[in-house]
Amino acid sequence: MSKPKLKALTINRPWCKGCGICVAFCPAKVLELDHEEKAVAVRIEDCIACSLCALRCPDLAIEVEIAPEDNEIAPPAQKRILIQNRGGSRS
Amino acid sequence: MSIHKYLRERFFPHIWCAGCGHGTVLNGLIRAIESLGLSRNEIVMVSGIGCSSRITGYLDFHTLHTLHGRALAFATGIKLSKPELNVIVPMGDGDALAIGGNHFIHAARRNIAMTALVMNNRIYGMTGGQFSPLSGCGMTATTAPYANIDPDFDVAALATAAGASFVARTTTFHVKEMIDLIRQAILHDGFSVVEILSQCPTYFGRKNKMGGAVEMLNWYKERTTPLGSKAKQNDPSLIERGIFMQVDKPEYCSQYEKILQKAQSANSQTKE
Repeated sequence: MSKPKLKALTINRPWCKGCGICVAFCPAKVLELDHEEKAVAVRIEDCIACSLCALRCPDLAIEVEIAPEDNEIAPPAQKRILIQNRGGSRS
Repeated sequence: MSIHKYLRERFFPHIWCAGCGHGTVLNGLIRAIESLGLSRNEIVMVSGIGCSSRITGYLDFHTLHTLHGRALAFATGIKLSKPELNVIVPMGDGDALAIGGNHFIHAARRNIAMTALVMNNRIYGMTGGQFSPLSGCGMTATTAPYANIDPDFDVAALATAAGASFVARTTTFHVKEMIDLIRQAILHDGFSVVEILSQCPTYFGRKNKMGGAVEMLNWYKERTTPLGSKAKQNDPSLIERGIFMQVDKPEYCSQYEKILQKAQSANSQTKE
C-alpha cells in the first residue's frame, strides 16, 4: 500500500495555546512555535501525513487532510482500526 | 473537517490549560465516535464536576452536566429509560473514585451498558491541586506539601473486581491506542471502563517537578508498557496499558426487560 500524501495541514491559530506537543512529537520535525507561541508548519515539504499532530493536539487546533489516491481513501491508521474491530468485542 | 460536526465550536478555545491531556481525550473521543459512524442523536454524555467534566459542554450530543461524582447515577437513569442510546460518562479521577466511588463500583457490579472514561490526571485541578485517590504515595500536591501518604487505587483492578465487563487503560501519548480502546468500549455490551492517564502540567506536573506537557507525555511513553510485555517482567514498576478484562456477562437493561415481561405476564394471568 502506498504512503499517505498530505493534501493540507491547517492550524487554527486562535485555538492553539502553544503547548508544544505537536512540535516535540512530530516524527519529521515539521512544526515549530513562532514568536507568538503558536504552532506553524515550517518544513511542510517534510510532512509524512501521519496525522499524529492532529490526533495529539489538546486544543483540536490542527487538521491534516490526506490526498485521496486511486481507490485508496482511508489513511493507514484508520484502516488498522477497522480491521481490528472486525474481531472485536461484539460481532 | 468531519470531526468538527461533533463540537460546539462557539465555546472554543476551551478552558483547559495549555498542554492539558483532557483536550487530547476530547480529540480521541470524537475520532472514535466518528469512526463508528454514530449520529449525534444516538449519544448521551453525562458528566459530573471537575476539569474533566467540562468535556460535555464542548460536544454537540445530548449532554448533561450533573453533580460531583453522581454522573453514573444520572447515566443509569437515562440508560434504563432509553436503553437504545449510547451513554458515555467522562469523569475525572476524583469525580469517579473519591466523590463517586460508590456509584462507580455499583454501576460496574450491575454491568449496565455504558462507557465510563476515567480521565486520570492524579489531582484535583479545578480547585487548585489537592491530592486525589489516584495521586499515589510520595507525590506532592497543594494539600500534601511534604508528600502524600495515601496509597492510590489501581483503577483497572478495582473496576474488574467490582464487575465491569470491559476494562482498559491507555494514555494521552498513545493516541491511536486510545481511539481504538474507546471505540471498543463503546461497542461493548456491558459496563466498560477506560482509564486514560491524562497530564495536568499546571498542578500535578508542576508540584512534582515533572516538567511541562511534553515531559509528562515522555513519562507516559517511558513508564508504561503493553499488557504482558517482557519489559514489565524486567521492571515491575511500569504501568501496563491495554485491555485487562473483556467478557460477555448479562447486561443490566436486558435483565430488567426480562423481569418486566415476567411481571406483566404474571399480572395478566391473575386478571384472567
